[in-house]
Amino acid sequence: MLAYVVRRLGLMVLTLFGVSIAIFLLLRIMPGNIADILFDSAGMVDPADKAKIVSELGLDRSLPIQYAHWIGSMLRGDLGYSYLSEKPVIEEILPRIPITARLAGLALLFAVCTGVPLGVISAVKQNTWLDYILRLISLSGLSLPSFWLGLLILMAFVHYFGSIPIYERAPSSFGAMVAMLAVPAAAVGFRSSALIMRLTRSSMLEVLRQDYVRTARSKGVSERAVTFDHALRNAVLPVITTIGIETAFLFGGLIVTETVFNIPGVARFLVEAIRWRDYPMVQTLVMFIAVVVVVVNLLVDLAYMLIDPRIRYGE
Amino acid sequence: MAFLGHVLRQVSFSILIVTLGLCSSADQSFAQKTGGILKVYERDSPTHLSILEETTISVDFPAMPIFNNLVAFDPGVKQNTLQSIVPELADSWSWDSTSTSLTFKLHPGVKWHDGVPFTAADVKCTWDLLANKAKDKLRINAHASWWTNVDSVSTEGDLQATFHLKRRQPALLAFFAAGMAPVYPCHVSPAEMRQHPIGTGPFKFVEYKPNEVITLARNPDYWKPGKPYLDGIQYTVMPNRSTAILAFVSGQFDMTFPNEITIPLLGDIQKQVPSAICEITPTHDAPNVLISHKPPFDKPELRRAIALTIDRQAFIDTLGSGKGDIGTAMLPGPEGVWAMPKEMMEKLPGYNPDIAKNREEARALMRQLGYGPDHHLSVKLSAKNIPSNRDPGTLLIDQLKQIYIDAEMDLVETALWLPTLVRGNYVLGIELVGDALDDPDQTFYEDYSCGSAMNHAKYCNPKVDQMINEESMEADQQKRRQMTWAIDSQIQEDIGRPILWHERKATCWWPRVKGLNLFVNSQYNSWRMENVWLDR
Repeated sequence: MLAYVVRRLGLMVLTLFGVSIAIFLLLRIMPGNIADILFDSAGMVDPADKAKIVSELGLDRSLPIQYAHWIGSMLRGDLGYSYLSEKPVIEEILPRIPITARLAGLALLFAVCTGVPLGVISAVKQNTWLDYILRLISLSGLSLPSFWLGLLILMAFVHYFGSIPIYERAPSSFGAMVAMLAVPAAAVGFRSSALIMRLTRSSMLEVLRQDYVRTARSKGVSERAVTFDHALRNAVLPVITTIGIETAFLFGGLIVTETVFNIPGVARFLVEAIRWRDYPMVQTLVMFIAVVVVVVNLLVDLAYMLIDPRIRYGE
Repeated sequence: MAFLGHVLRQVSFSILIVTLGLCSSADQSFAQKTGGILKVYERDSPTHLSILEETTISVDFPAMPIFNNLVAFDPGVKQNTLQSIVPELADSWSWDSTSTSLTFKLHPGVKWHDGVPFTAADVKCTWDLLANKAKDKLRINAHASWWTNVDSVSTEGDLQATFHLKRRQPALLAFFAAGMAPVYPCHVSPAEMRQHPIGTGPFKFVEYKPNEVITLARNPDYWKPGKPYLDGIQYTVMPNRSTAILAFVSGQFDMTFPNEITIPLLGDIQKQVPSAICEITPTHDAPNVLISHKPPFDKPELRRAIALTIDRQAFIDTLGSGKGDIGTAMLPGPEGVWAMPKEMMEKLPGYNPDIAKNREEARALMRQLGYGPDHHLSVKLSAKNIPSNRDPGTLLIDQLKQIYIDAEMDLVETALWLPTLVRGNYVLGIELVGDALDDPDQTFYEDYSCGSAMNHAKYCNPKVDQMINEESMEADQQKRRQMTWAIDSQIQEDIGRPILWHERKATCWWPRVKGLNLFVNSQYNSWRMENVWLDR
């Protein structure tokens, strides 16, 4: 077990190293740099001023030197300065991570709390009117674009309540935070919920047809125990994988929701940073999201072991 | 006759705006309430809040309340003119006998937001900074071209600053009144000003959280007694326009971002909030065609044919829902002070309202050049990949087809757009030209003079440059008007940068917002906010 974890941690480092090279090169391949965009915003260009900015930001140095400088600084805990705000990257990113983490966490909670039970109900009540309704809802969740759903929700709020649930200021308490993020979390979690619901349903249907389930029923075990103790525990493994993937997605892929509900989180900030070619900011944010993805993947693998005692790594 | 008609129209418009101004002043004169936070949205997350380093209203709008200028446009008058300039940090100003030295006598007792006294040295520092003479440098000196005629600034004591000009320029005073020409403190570096601006204005900078909010608070020590009325202003950064408008409709914002409401959206707002006050004003932005001088576009006949095929009303009807103005380089009337008379404009190439006749003439020119129904000219039309450039490009492609030109849109990413223009890597292009001031000096020097950094069309006619210099030195405003029309006509005859149309958009606010006066001929100068109050 320990050997497995150590091996996985080693692989994580290798993966992150690959990601760092990929993001560094991809950013440099993209046309234009921050000096181009700053001058575009001003509508004019002074070649001398532009050269000065490029030199100040170190963009005139060779790519290997720029990369070595970035990686070296990052390993020393120095994430550099934002080209745009001229503030330390860490100062810019840190306040945004909890916002996205809370939104992603709430969305995931919503997705799991609705997706798993409704998927189980749908499977147990297969081919009944309830199953049809739940399948319709899950299909809607998968097919409605989140920006459209978000705008519909906002319009409904304006119409019925005369206000809209958007982020204006940092909430002062936990309750206020939950109240503010609940609607966007539900909007973004709806898709994940639909995905989990469909996966749980199909997984449950497969398990419910297994011999051991029939055996349990023939032994007189209650339907509730059959469903939750025998079937769900075995059906939930692929669902956990999906939850892991969705967690990673939610951390980096909230751009639409953050834009529609005006939430100043990591995803919106990343898109802005890419637009301005703010290399230190983009590189750090992408590395952060990469760390979240690999850590979540590791946790998912470890969770398999807890849920299914038959799974043992490294033995 | 045309001139007389134009003068009559200008006079009637002046009476109208004076009346509106009086009404506005009357509105401000009774029972202003103090307190409250004005909530507005900011359409973009600006890179910083240093007005001197930016040309966008995304910075001007939230930063202008932090500062003061030496002089300002009268907030009670709708139209910015040389006559509507009133004192601000300068109590008075005077020209010397040669009209090449402009002396400002400064208001005593003014302090920067950090408590340091404001003196004439700050005035000198600011203009030394703009002239690149200071030790510290601006990262981008976006308005350097405004001050090229300023030779030096001298001070006498703490309360007098004199600008020494290289030659006469009576309209220079208007530049001092522009929202983008505030006075900066000597003791704060340009880098600090980008992140934590210090001004003398009615509101103090509190914080800027990129992508989140800009907060300003009332300056309790403001040197204008009793002002401002608001406790503060909160600019919530909200790039998604649909969300922002829904938030305005629901009452979460007191006003919209300036000139952000398109005409179709305005209909939606007025339907949902019938009590909303909405003013449609010219944005002073004009989509225009950039024509390179590469063969075959070096042929005057081909350039003229392109100008002749433009159906400006079609652009207004399609993209502006009927709201917009046909005009030349200067802002069209009645809001624009320097617009040429309609009769004069309609004699310029492409401005005759008989589009069919124009196009017939254009086709004849194209046939002379060897093009025709069986031999089309294929070109690329470059456009920045944003709707305000892309949409007129699509319509222009259709209009070019009428004269045997097959244009294909070449969309250029924002990061590459300016390098594309600077390097001249285009044949035909669509660009938006916007001006901060309604004054020929600003428009002509910035957009049409040889070698100007913002003359993206690279239009250059030494004869026009000479005419601009002469116009700039002319003190008689009527003579200057005639000279402006002559320059504008020559630019259009040269097909320097055919203007497609002048945009109009709306700004809306709830009736509880009082004392707001939008200028009709500049969207950049209205945002000091010291007269605004909330009637909740």
